[in-house]
Amino acid sequence: MTLKTDHYVINIGPQHPSTHGVFRLRLTLDGEVIIDVEPIFGYLHRGMEKLAESRNYTKNIPLTDRLDYLSSMINNQAYCMAVEDLMKIEVPERAQYIRVIMAELQRISAHLAGVGFFLNDIGAFMTPMLYMFREREKIVELFDMVCGQRLNYNYMRFGGVAMDLPEEFLPALKKLLNEMPGFINEYDQLITTNEIVLARCKGVGVLPRELAINAATAGPVLRGSGIEWDLRKKRPYSVYDRFQFDIPTGENGDTYDRYMVRLEEMRQSVRILKQAVEQLPDGEYIGKAPKLIRPPAGETYTAVEGAKGELGFYVVADGSENAYRWHVRAPSLINLTALREMVIGWKVADLMAIFGSIDIVMGEVDR
Amino acid sequence: MNFRINPATAGEAINREFGTGTAAADDVRLLVDGKRLLEVCRWLKDESPYRLDYLNSLTAVDNKTHFSVVYHLSSLAMGGQLSFKVDLDDRQSPSLPSVTPVWRGADLQEREVFDMFGISFTGHPCLKRLFLWEGFPGYPLRKDWVSRDS
Repeated sequence: MTLKTDHYVINIGPQHPSTHGVFRLRLTLDGEVIIDVEPIFGYLHRGMEKLAESRNYTKNIPLTDRLDYLSSMINNQAYCMAVEDLMKIEVPERAQYIRVIMAELQRISAHLAGVGFFLNDIGAFMTPMLYMFREREKIVELFDMVCGQRLNYNYMRFGGVAMDLPEEFLPALKKLLNEMPGFINEYDQLITTNEIVLARCKGVGVLPRELAINAATAGPVLRGSGIEWDLRKKRPYSVYDRFQFDIPTGENGDTYDRYMVRLEEMRQSVRILKQAVEQLPDGEYIGKAPKLIRPPAGETYTAVEGAKGELGFYVVADGSENAYRWHVRAPSLINLTALREMVIGWKVADLMAIFGSIDIVMGEVDR
Repeated sequence: MNFRINPATAGEAINREFGTGTAAADDVRLLVDGKRLLEVCRWLKDESPYRLDYLNSLTAVDNKTHFSVVYHLSSLAMGGQLSFKVDLDDRQSPSLPSVTPVWRGADLQEREVFDMFGISFTGHPCLKRLFLWEGFPGYPLRKDWVSRDS
């Protein structure tokens, strides 16, 4: 007897715990094997780029918080750097260090959330995530100290930051930095050699080196495929050239390598933070910037190494109070370019692992 | 290792390779002729001394009289950076060759430009709206777009 088989189309999302927000994947299956995938975007599209054209430059800072809402500080920094570049505003030394401290703390917390949700996706439901959130909470409390917010910080300004560090900040940060390597070792022990994690991740969803570059992936996805590329090192901005740190890379470009890169990057961020705290100079926390931000006509593309990859702001100024064009190079969106090649041939259950390891935030994908 | 490629030098090199008039450049800007775009991009990536293998960003600007599509490129191997623009005078049915065959990274970004500006990219593997739905009236990032609510 012959069985008649047909391809089967299934929707994952828009509401699905593994899509990290409102995102839809239209899968074509042959049995359990994925033979085609079509990502469907736009469920969280808020028209930010249009909105930004009708608001003045300062009002757009809180808008950047709402891009990748797990790394608001880095978004703030990238946008402020873009406008500072247009207006040639000098940022004082101390402000630069405070920015680096915030960005690196944010990177750790974003990677914690990324790894936590990733483990959720491969079936280690909630327990690892709560371990991650135990430390993320400490970082969030530090942010709460400096700006009174636990999410969407709106902390940076053109020329510096909104407020100086409060007295209790540095002792709390130093305590966290002393404890953090121990916590990271703990995750390492619990996850890295776990048999189930190895079975689910090793060799799964391989992104070859050439494709990683050609598809313009960035951040841990690019580095997981073995490419040593980190804007903090390759195009040092702010004061990153004063710190010693390594760029962790993977070898095979599989799901496991992307996880390992994130774990190692947390260690490197702790290293940067320790040096930044040691070197933190006294002085002004905000430089001289005009009250009314009206950059001369011109344009800039300013990129930083965000938690998800290269986060760039392309801003065109026409001499008025509003930006003429305001574009975000969103790493979360562009990292999805190669999703097709990564998931085809794998089973539906592997899709969650592969998709989780790309680590996207819908606020940035859809904008 | 990180440096900005001088647009004027790059423009001269392009003109030498593809004939005068393909590129126009001064020290800050580089304009490429839209008709030769695909060849120029292939050359920039594979044959030119710059080896621009990485497309950082692709987006467009509506300059009211014309559209500009802006390309930001890098070389991960050589470290150089170059950006160039292509001007499109046709506001009725603006169209450019797609660079997705050269850099896969352009795939979603060209779809976004198509969605927001209505610039179509010929040769794109799947050119449809990225964020907005089929049948959405107009292209919102054009300067002459009017919202139905206002």
